[in-house]
Amino acid sequence: MTSLALAARPFEFFLTQYRRVWRGTAVTSVVTPIVYLLALGVGLGVFVDRSADLAHGISYLEFVAPGLMAATAMQLAMFESSWPVLSAIKWDRQYHAMLATPLRVGDVLLGHQAFIAGRILMTATVYLVVITAFGAIASPLGVLAIPVALLVGLSFSLPIAAWAAHSESEASFVAIFRFLILPMFLFSGTFFPISNLPAPLEVMAHLTPLWHGVTLCRDLTLGEVELWSALAHVGYLLACCAVGLALARMTYRRRLVV
Amino acid sequence: MAGQNGHPLISARGLVKRFGDFTAVDAIDFDVQRGEAFGFLGPNGAGKTSTMRMIGCVSPVTDGTLSVFGLDPVRDGVNIRARLGVVPQQDTLDMELTVRENVVIYGRYFGLPRKELGARADELLEFVELTERAHDKVEPLSGGMKRRLTIARSLINDPEAMLLDEPTTGLDPQARHVVWDRLYRLKRQGVTLLLTTHYMDEAEQLCDRLVVMDRGSIVAEGSPRELIERYSTREVVELRFDDGRRPDDFGYWTEGLVSRVESLPDRVLLYTDDGDAASHGIHERGLTPESILVRRSTLEDVFLHLTGRSLIE
Repeated sequence: MTSLALAARPFEFFLTQYRRVWRGTAVTSVVTPIVYLLALGVGLGVFVDRSADLAHGISYLEFVAPGLMAATAMQLAMFESSWPVLSAIKWDRQYHAMLATPLRVGDVLLGHQAFIAGRILMTATVYLVVITAFGAIASPLGVLAIPVALLVGLSFSLPIAAWAAHSESEASFVAIFRFLILPMFLFSGTFFPISNLPAPLEVMAHLTPLWHGVTLCRDLTLGEVELWSALAHVGYLLACCAVGLALARMTYRRRLVV
Repeated sequence: MAGQNGHPLISARGLVKRFGDFTAVDAIDFDVQRGEAFGFLGPNGAGKTSTMRMIGCVSPVTDGTLSVFGLDPVRDGVNIRARLGVVPQQDTLDMELTVRENVVIYGRYFGLPRKELGARADELLEFVELTERAHDKVEPLSGGMKRRLTIARSLINDPEAMLLDEPTTGLDPQARHVVWDRLYRLKRQGVTLLLTTHYMDEAEQLCDRLVVMDRGSIVAEGSPRELIERYSTREVVELRFDDGRRPDDFGYWTEGLVSRVESLPDRVLLYTDDGDAASHGIHERGLTPESILVRRSTLEDVFLHLTGRSLIE
């Protein structure tokens, strides 16, 4: 039995559980991009376009929309990999139910992350459709922003799941959101180019997976993509995923195999 | 006795489980035969759950050997777990799903086809009398219902052996009897049952054979009746005294009447084969306890004799 066939079973569980709440999340995933794009792209954009001169003469809406899409993938990953992971270990204990059956720790981790990947993919797709409806896509290459958003999501969901499996309580999740996710959301090039930042912060911004994701998503929707830089961004995101996966395997095993 | 010939279904030799410096299971040996109801009786912290988790292949063995269905838990954990039904001490039900969904999805973990699982789930819910709640969420169910659901769920893969870790702890007496009845039926169908408990009545009702555990070690092994015969007397006289009326020493009062005296904080136990004669005797000698109760010996008395402590502290 291959690992993927076994990982499909926990995936099915999370899907079954999701069926009970999908309506709410579907509405959210449509409404959120509309609200953000109206407020920032259209509302704020009028001011920005009047005074600023963005590269290639693009509008602020075109600038901010792909960034928001990548940032949304990050936020979704944060929520899906924190509380639900700790709950499956500690409160509702669904992981323990799975591990009493033929499933192994690796299958459980993989199956759960596959479900989260599906959620990110769905949300990113809706986001891209909304952006297109706003007329903020310049190139058909923009469709590739969906898999990039998925990579951004996984580069967060894997290390956050690793952290959640290591945590005793949910207290740290709020801190992670406030001191890591929120600053990244604001300062990783989503709302303004990071060249506007003071030099040390600009260096730090380069290190965040979100900046790589935002930049690549934007290059793709604008159709201004260079192969080598695109590969570098994808490589960086993949490396973050790989490190996250290794960490998650370690903390899951430590927590669940005792 | 069923299944006494041939290889044991589950066998442990010098089985050890350590957590850091703490030794939870300290070199125990036991064999469980096919079709048998085998119990681990002991107080909290005796090492029962650790033993069960090793058998269930969710907790690695620290030392010694363990064989389940003739397989090695390290190499064949997946195959062993496929043939076990596990009722853990703490529920692992999904609160958001319905009763029936919980059973079906659990069957999917075993890779059973969805179209077979529906009928199978209905059958199992019927068996544990939860048919009427099949489409309700799990959250509002009573403790006894949740336990029964966990039992139904654990049967989805037609297990050869069931691991029941304190199956009725925390249930009210009525709910316990319903659970016992279902387990008794499974036993009659030939399912091998392994259960841990700190209730001596549960062990006496369900177990063909049991080991008494204390502080990680097995201190005795046998059928409930054998253990009582070996370590206790046929009857026990329980004496209770008003404050200040209790004698310090019972030597004079009980000499020649009983074989052993056990002095507990709240009562005094006199071990004898003829409880009525003994209570009559001490009365004639002028001892006047507030109350006298003659009862037959139980596994609680066995445990008390072996360890000097009560099962439930």
